[in-house]
This record gives sequence, C-alpha cells and structure tokens, in this order.
Amino acid sequence: MTEFTAPKPVEPTVYDLSSPGRQGAYFPQPDIPLADLPEDLLRQDLPLPELAEIDVVRHFTRLSQLNHGVDTGFYPLGSCTMKFNPKINEVVARLPGFAQIHPLQPIETVQGALGLMYETQEWLKAISGYDAVSLQPAAGAHGELTGVLIIRAYHLARGDHKRVKMLIPDSAHGTNPASSAMSGLEIIEIPSDARGNVDLEALRAHCDDTLAGLMITNPNTLGLFDENLTEVCQLVHQAGGLVYGDGANLNALMGIARPADYGIDVMHFNLHKTFSTPHGGGGPGSGPVGVTAKLAPFLPGPIAAVVEEAAGEEPPLYGLVNPEQSIGRVKAFHGHFGVIVRAFTYMLMLGEEGLRAASEHAVLNANYLQARLRDAYHIPYDRICMHEFVMEGRWEDVPDVHALDISKRLMDFGFHPPTNYFPLIVHEALMIEPTETESKETLDAFVEALLQIAEEAHTQPEVLKTAPHNTPFGRLDEVKAARDLVLCCWLPESASA
Amino acid sequence: MFLPHTDADREAMLRAIGVKRMEDLFKNLPGDHLFPELGLPPGMTEMEARAELQGIAEANETVAEMVSFLGAGAYHHYSPATVDAILSRGEFYTAYTPYQPEISQGTLQAIFEYQSMIASLTGMDVSNASHYDGATAVAEAVNMAYHHFRGKRKKIVLSPALHPHYRETVHTYTRDSDYQIVGEEIAFEAAPSELASIIDMDTALVVVQYPDFFGRVFDFSELASAAHQAGALIAVHVNPLALGLLKPPGEFGADIVTGEGQPLGIPLSYGGPYLGIFATREKYVRKMAGRLVGETVDSRGQRGYVLTLSTREQHIRRERATSNICTNQGLMALAAAVYLSLLGKNGLRQVAELNYHKAHYAATQIAALPGFELAFDAPFFNEFALRCPLPAAEINEQLLDYDILGGYDLGQVSADLSHCLLVAVTEMNSREEIDYFVSALAEVSHD
Repeated sequence: MTEFTAPKPVEPTVYDLSSPGRQGAYFPQPDIPLADLPEDLLRQDLPLPELAEIDVVRHFTRLSQLNHGVDTGFYPLGSCTMKFNPKINEVVARLPGFAQIHPLQPIETVQGALGLMYETQEWLKAISGYDAVSLQPAAGAHGELTGVLIIRAYHLARGDHKRVKMLIPDSAHGTNPASSAMSGLEIIEIPSDARGNVDLEALRAHCDDTLAGLMITNPNTLGLFDENLTEVCQLVHQAGGLVYGDGANLNALMGIARPADYGIDVMHFNLHKTFSTPHGGGGPGSGPVGVTAKLAPFLPGPIAAVVEEAAGEEPPLYGLVNPEQSIGRVKAFHGHFGVIVRAFTYMLMLGEEGLRAASEHAVLNANYLQARLRDAYHIPYDRICMHEFVMEGRWEDVPDVHALDISKRLMDFGFHPPTNYFPLIVHEALMIEPTETESKETLDAFVEALLQIAEEAHTQPEVLKTAPHNTPFGRLDEVKAARDLVLCCWLPESASA
Repeated sequence: MFLPHTDADREAMLRAIGVKRMEDLFKNLPGDHLFPELGLPPGMTEMEARAELQGIAEANETVAEMVSFLGAGAYHHYSPATVDAILSRGEFYTAYTPYQPEISQGTLQAIFEYQSMIASLTGMDVSNASHYDGATAVAEAVNMAYHHFRGKRKKIVLSPALHPHYRETVHTYTRDSDYQIVGEEIAFEAAPSELASIIDMDTALVVVQYPDFFGRVFDFSELASAAHQAGALIAVHVNPLALGLLKPPGEFGADIVTGEGQPLGIPLSYGGPYLGIFATREKYVRKMAGRLVGETVDSRGQRGYVLTLSTREQHIRRERATSNICTNQGLMALAAAVYLSLLGKNGLRQVAELNYHKAHYAATQIAALPGFELAFDAPFFNEFALRCPLPAAEINEQLLDYDILGGYDLGQVSADLSHCLLVAVTEMNSREEIDYFVSALAEVSHD
C-alpha cells in the first residue's frame, strides 16, 4: 500500500504577511512641480498589505508550488485540451513590439500587429473552411454568445421574426444553453441516440419555421464524431435554421475534416485549447468566431483587413474594418492580442502537416487509452473515439465508490483527474483527453494507475474514499465554503491603523 | 512538432487499438471531404519561427520607442519585474480553472487574495475572480441589475462619459433583450446631476465612470442617492490605479464597482488580454456572475480555498443561468494581485500621485500655449481633454513626425469634439518628454 506523506504547512495570506512600513516596489521622486491635490476627493485610508519584495516573491512562488499544471504533470482534463504550452510562445508574446503597443495607435505604426491578426484569420479560415473570422471574442463562451447573436441578427435582418427556438443536443458543452438564454432564445434539448449521435427523429420533430438554429459540439462531449452530422445540418437548413458549432474539440479535426464542409454555419475556436496557448489558471483564453459568407456581414468588429493592396515594392496596408451589419463589438479593443500572437506562433511552427499530425496523434492517444482501459472500466459508447472518450467511474459490485473518488485517488499518482460528471448523459462520467503531446510512457503510467485504482476499489475502497493522500491538501469542505461564505481576508485590526 | 512519439510507439499503439494505420482511426467519419488540402505552408523550427516573429514585432513602433500620451482605456505604466517573473511560472500559467482544489491551492489562494485586495481598493464587500475586461464587466453589471429586478425595471441609464467601447459592448449584449438604454443623448459636458434627472421608477441601473472617459473626476454621492431613492442600483466603473489616491466608490454609495484592471501591471499588448474587475455589496453576492473563491478547511484541518456558490453557474443551471461566463481572467488577476502586493498601500498611493502631478504639469504647460485650453474644468486624475486650435486628427498626424503619439482624437466619439485631444500622462512620461510634447504642440499649431 502507498506511503502517505505529511501535509505541508498552510501558506499565510498577503494580509497575514503584512507589516506596516514595508514596500516591495518604489517609484522615482517627481521631476515636476507638484499640483494641489483635490482634498474633498481623496481617500483617507488604503487598506492594502505592506510587504517587502522578497516576501512577495517567496509567497507567490510557494503558492505556485501548490498547483498542478501541464508543466508539472499529465493533465487529461476532457474537453479542455491541456496540451503542452510551448515556451517560445511566451518569449514571443513578450517581445516589446507586441507587448508595448497601444490598441489605439495609428495603423501605420502597427502594421506588424495588424498583419499578424490578418494572417491568423487566414490560417483559421483555412483550417475550418470558413469565409470570414473575427478575433474579438475573449474566450469560448464569449465566442458562443457572439455566434448566437449572429444567428439572431441574420434572421432578423431578413425580417424573419418568428425564430425563437435553439436546439441543443444533450452531448453539447455546458455553456451552450446559457449562451442561447442570454440572447433570449428558448432552449430545447435534443437527446442522443444509442451510438451517441444526435437523434434524428427527435431533431426532425422540432424543425419548423420557429427554429433559429442548433448548437452542436462536434466531436461531441462523448468524444465521438457525429455520424449523422451531414443530415443534422441539412435538416436544420431545410427548416431555415442555422447550425452553430462549438469548436472546443477542434483538436481532433485539423487537416482531417473542416466543420464548414459539413454545413456548420458558424463556429468558435478556442485558441487556448487547440492552438496551445496556456490556460492561465482559468483565462485569458481567446475565442475567435468563423462564419460562412452569408453571415460575414454580422461579425463583431473590428476585423483586420487589407485596406490598400500591395503595389509593386509596397507591401499591403493592413487596417481595421467593421462589417456593415455587425452585431457590434463584444469587448473593448480588438481581442486578446497577446493570446493571438502565441497561437499564430504555434500554427506557424506546425504548418499544414504538423497541424494534421497533431490531430492524428491526439486521436491516437485517446484511442490507445480507451483500448487499454476498456476491460477495467465500462465505456458506454464504445467505438473508435476522436481526441477524447468517456468512461464510467463506477462498478455495480462496489456501489459506494464514485467517479469523484477515482479522481481524487489519481492525484496521489501525480495526475490531474479527468473531467468529472460531464457529459450528464453518462453515469459517473470520467471524460479523458490525453492530447497529442503526451508520450506512450506517460499514457502507460496513467493506465497503470487507473488499473490499480480499479483494483483498490474492490479490495480497499477506503483508500479511494479518503484520497488524496500525497497532495499538500486533503479534500476541501465545499459545503462549509458556501455556508460560511468567506470571500475576502482583511488586514488584522492592529496592522490597519 | 511537439510530438514525443517514436515510430515504435506509434506501431505499438495502433496494434493495441486494433487498427493498422493512422487513417483507420478516421475511416468511420462521414462526408466525402476528409483530409482536405488546407493550402498552408510547411512548418518551421523554433529558431525560424522566432526570427519570423521578431521581424513582425519590429514592424511595430512601441510606446517605449515613441513618446506616448495615448490612453483612452489602456495605459502605459511600469510593471515591476516581479510581476512577470511570477506570471512566468509554469505552475501558474499552465494550469486551468481550479476544478480540483487539492492540487490548485496556488491559483485559488491567489484569486482569494486578489478578491480581497480589490474589495479593499474599491471599498466594496466582495469581488469576484474577474471578467474578460472592463467592457464585459460593465455588460455583466447591466445583466445583473436587470435580473435583480427580474426584468420588471427595464431602463438602464448609461453615462455619455462612459468609454464608447463599453457602451457599444452593452448594446451588443442587450440587443436581443427588452432593455431600454438611455442617457447617452445627454451632452458630454453635463454634470452628473443631469443623469439624475432621467432616473425613474423603471430604472434598474445607472452606470458612470470614475475618472470618466474624458478623465474627469466627479463625486457621485448625490447621483447615488438619487438612484437609491428611485430604488435603482448604481454601478461605478473605475480606473483602479486612480483609487490609490481617490475616494473609493464604496464611500459614495456604489452598489457595483466595475473596472479595467490593465493599469495594475498588465502590458498594453495591443488591447488584450486585460482584466475585468467586478465588486459589489455583500447582499448582492448571489446575483453576481463569474467565478468566486471562498475560504474553507480541508480534511486535515488546514485552511484552504475552493470555487464557491457554483450553483449560480451555467453548468448546473444551464438554460436558467443569466450569464454564460465559464472562466475568469485568471493569469491577469494574478498579475494584479502581485502588483498590488508589491506596491502595497504606500506604493500605490505614490504611483497614483505621480500620475496626478505629471498630468497636471502637462495640462498647465499646454493650456498656457496660445489656442489650447482644457475642454472641461472638472478635476482630473492622469488624463484630460484638450481643446486645440486645429482638428485633433491633424495635430496627431503632425505629431507622428516628432515620434509622438499625441492622444486620442475625441472626434472619433463625436463630431462636436473634433478639436479635442484626450491626453494621458503616466509615471512613464519624464519631464523632458512632457516639455518636448509641449514644444511640439506649439510648433504644429503654428503651421
């Protein structure tokens, strides 16, 4: 049985570490005459902590060591594509020519940035088959909202006011319904059939002239490519609706199949998943949206464009344009440029063949794990998967053991757990996405851990129920957090005087 | 690129799966357009990519190479080296949303400290873990107020002095809803009291900016009272750096404080990623969208942190959720937390005062030039609107010859302001730069 290590001490907060009179960063003395301060507008007290620089560095370094990241270990979090984040991306995004340019500079002074945005749009168009791309949305869910607003705007621009229904398969991403609800649409859930595809009969029943569209995640959250995708899009189109594609799972498709070729009208990309930009502990992401030609006028602007064609020796002049029927901007400025730089660097390094190889190996790795785990865990939709698959974290003969226990126990082996309890259509779901950047050795070690856990579930389930043991923290009391609701810490009374 | 697989690995793996070739993994995909030619160039090594990107970066002129007085919602500030050193730690930037708190305490505690410092800075009770940027934070405030009144109050009063991008974002977010957005028709010169006159019993929210888009600083106490008397909420959008010096909105009755956190150590980066600040009163905490970290204990009795109140979130309530926010702006919130920890109460006051004094020095010098005057007479922080003898666009174009980024041409907001330049001065502008700017303005206005 495993040796368990003792817990590390709790890290104090920056407020705990504060001592009046300390300071970790200084600014020069004014080199200009001082002006009068507006006395009646000044704040009397600024209750921020006071720390020396070394204390700040050590505090946040110690905090970082309490985290699991892609850099520290395997992170097979389904539908999140936790692939390797190349270090060169970080170097490039910090070049002064990218990090120190202001979003409102005259276009003549930022031709490099605008050209990079333009090229990124072109690459994304080539990969997906779309006719136009806006880089503005800040994240996947933001791209979804953008896509739904575009679908609404399209119908309304045609004087088609009846379309109030959005169909969402039960295998779609969790944020899809909320994105549609924000746009005032009525949500109808469409079940999956026995093979994990959209149930065509159920879909047909809702395809009428009140249909705004369908939001599909493909490959879906079961990790399966919908075998009826062409028919699904046709049915929606015949009813006058549009198809939204959640591109979170595009990592399975680069160079293999283009969403636009199947009839998906609008799709968001997750640069922080498919295109290797880091997840940052939960953002910043980037969620560009691609559309077919008929939806291009509705994209949020500004979009990078060639505003003066190249002539002779003169390179083209890039600028920013707003589509004529644009839904309007969805955030300030032009999108998460720093993230876009990283994604562009990645695409440039992979090139046409590298992109396809990335997707092929993502699918290879997922199928390898599925094949090796099939005997020990139940896989409810068992066929060749794409970049991820879903298995059940339960056994009928040990009903007290849950997917959550398996996840917590995996941490003892140095692995981040898979996505838990999603999709909702699988009991005790464990959604596993290894990504292409993991080696066979890592996958084998992960399999060995899961096989050992399957055995422990039957022989010593307490080890699972009380896991994790080797992590700096044990299971946290989420009920207490919600009940007592402590959302801030403050300076101790004595220190704030 | 980035693939660890050897030929032997691939073979063994395909065999374990029970297929012969890689293509077999895709043979059940529908459609007749598999493996399309994308028409993209071949890949390149890191060495080549770095050279390529270096070339693209050098095709941009940076605010450091030029003399910049451009602000309008994004500011050139100094970020201590420690901020980026911490952000560059792989344990932070290669992690995702802290779904598994046992191995995510670094991210969780950092967010908790961020929430705490933002609450301190704004004078509010609670802050969330952040939104995408200032614009979307404002849009979420509008959503929150609308749902707070269950759609029964439909009027949203937007100050005409709210950043035009934020106003536009609010319009985009609400385009398919029955919100009634008013206030933008009021003249830019108007005092806050004019906004008070359009608040009524149908008003859900009043949104103002502090300092406003034109740099002006107003005390919104009376406006807040007017909003509260009508039963409405008031949201104040802030530049957090200004709060190192100015009275926090919590003191004059704000119900919601949103902000653009970019000035807190985050690089300009051509407009993003930035940081959307969102704080509110304790009584509204359950109405607030976005991630939230709370304190708790673990099974060993240690203090720890978790994402909390997640029943508000879309993955549980799905179609009943009023916001689809899934992540926060984690790494940017970390940047702000490190920045605020480093500067602390004295450093933040110091840099805020430095901004104030430099901007006032510049304003005084420029206003003494013939033909130039301040467009408004309200107090300001580090940005002010200048009325010029020539159209601002012309002045800016000529200033480029001096390698000066002159400021934001307010003619882009309104034709009435075509002679107005919005000038931002920060701690990055030396006296020498300001004097150079003043002499350049004197020259270009003579031409």
